[in-house]
Amino acid sequence: MTPETSIDIQLNGKRQSFGAGHTVTTLLEALELHPGMVVVELNREILDRENYDAIKVVQDDMIELVHFVGGG
Amino acid sequence: MTNTDTSMDDARALDGPFYIGGTKFLSRLIVGTGKYESNQIMVDAIRASGAEMVTVAVRRVDLDRSKDEAILHHLDPHEFFLLANTAGCYTADDAVRYARLARAAGFNEFVKLEVIGDERTLLPDVQATLEAAKTLADEGFKVMAYTNDDLITALRLEDVGCVAVMPLASPIGSGLGVVNPYFIREIKSRLKVPVIVDAGVGTASDACVTMEQGVDGVLMNTALASADDPVRMSHAMKHAVVAGRLAYLAGRMPSSEIAVPSSPIEGMLD
Repeated sequence: MTPETSIDIQLNGKRQSFGAGHTVTTLLEALELHPGMVVVELNREILDRENYDAIKVVQDDMIELVHFVGGG
Repeated sequence: MTNTDTSMDDARALDGPFYIGGTKFLSRLIVGTGKYESNQIMVDAIRASGAEMVTVAVRRVDLDRSKDEAILHHLDPHEFFLLANTAGCYTADDAVRYARLARAAGFNEFVKLEVIGDERTLLPDVQATLEAAKTLADEGFKVMAYTNDDLITALRLEDVGCVAVMPLASPIGSGLGVVNPYFIREIKSRLKVPVIVDAGVGTASDACVTMEQGVDGVLMNTALASADDPVRMSHAMKHAVVAGRLAYLAGRMPSSEIAVPSSPIEGMLD
């Protein structure tokens, strides 16, 4: 079996393809998001920012990227 | 004539700070950040309001970048105390999830808990609110719980560990003012934690009447954001909240249904 060159993940409710081998850090970089400005939920678990480098993004991961917006 | 205009600083000296969950606040006005026409107007209005604590919502990042929604691009978290809300949640589980996401942003342990039970009135689901409040308080959150003007629920929310209880004046975004001042006063008199009236204030007189009930503070969003001139209304609200607070502390005169002359009745000419 050849290594996968791309993966499909569920990102903020949408199916999207990315190159294989991303960590959370590189995924945020690819999306041009500052890690300090967002919170990452991976498969319903909130990630610690310190672990972004170590966590690999794999096929079928469900990722939610949230931040603060205006609200009452 | 002497100018006896009392500045805001003087007014605050007559009141003093108050504490929510151990954090000191000088302004008794808490404001939301939603529904403003522009981020600049929002920031100008919040500055004009004198509020220290501002509420924010937790939402998905817009990955298409169609709008510049990130509130932290506009509000400095060193200038304002951010109070994340769970607005839009209809179950205890959802509210807990949003609160955890908010805390992970790393600013503070506070959350404005809001679990809605009905779309038309946006009235709270008090059973789900209590359940979520208990879970979050047990996890170390400082929960400020939005609730209705029901004393029993307010007492229960205090029992499960909320650091503030926030009964509504009237439905969210309605601008109807305080519909039940008696219940608001009763809640305030029975709770030890701060009571903040959250939602329903429409204009400055509503804010003033709210504060005259003796509550610790008032939280509003739409009254400012949906005013024709939000910055001017924010100034008005700042003064109204201080006015109502000082009037409460000062103790109003007894009301009478017949007139009582203010000038002496003796010494009149024959």
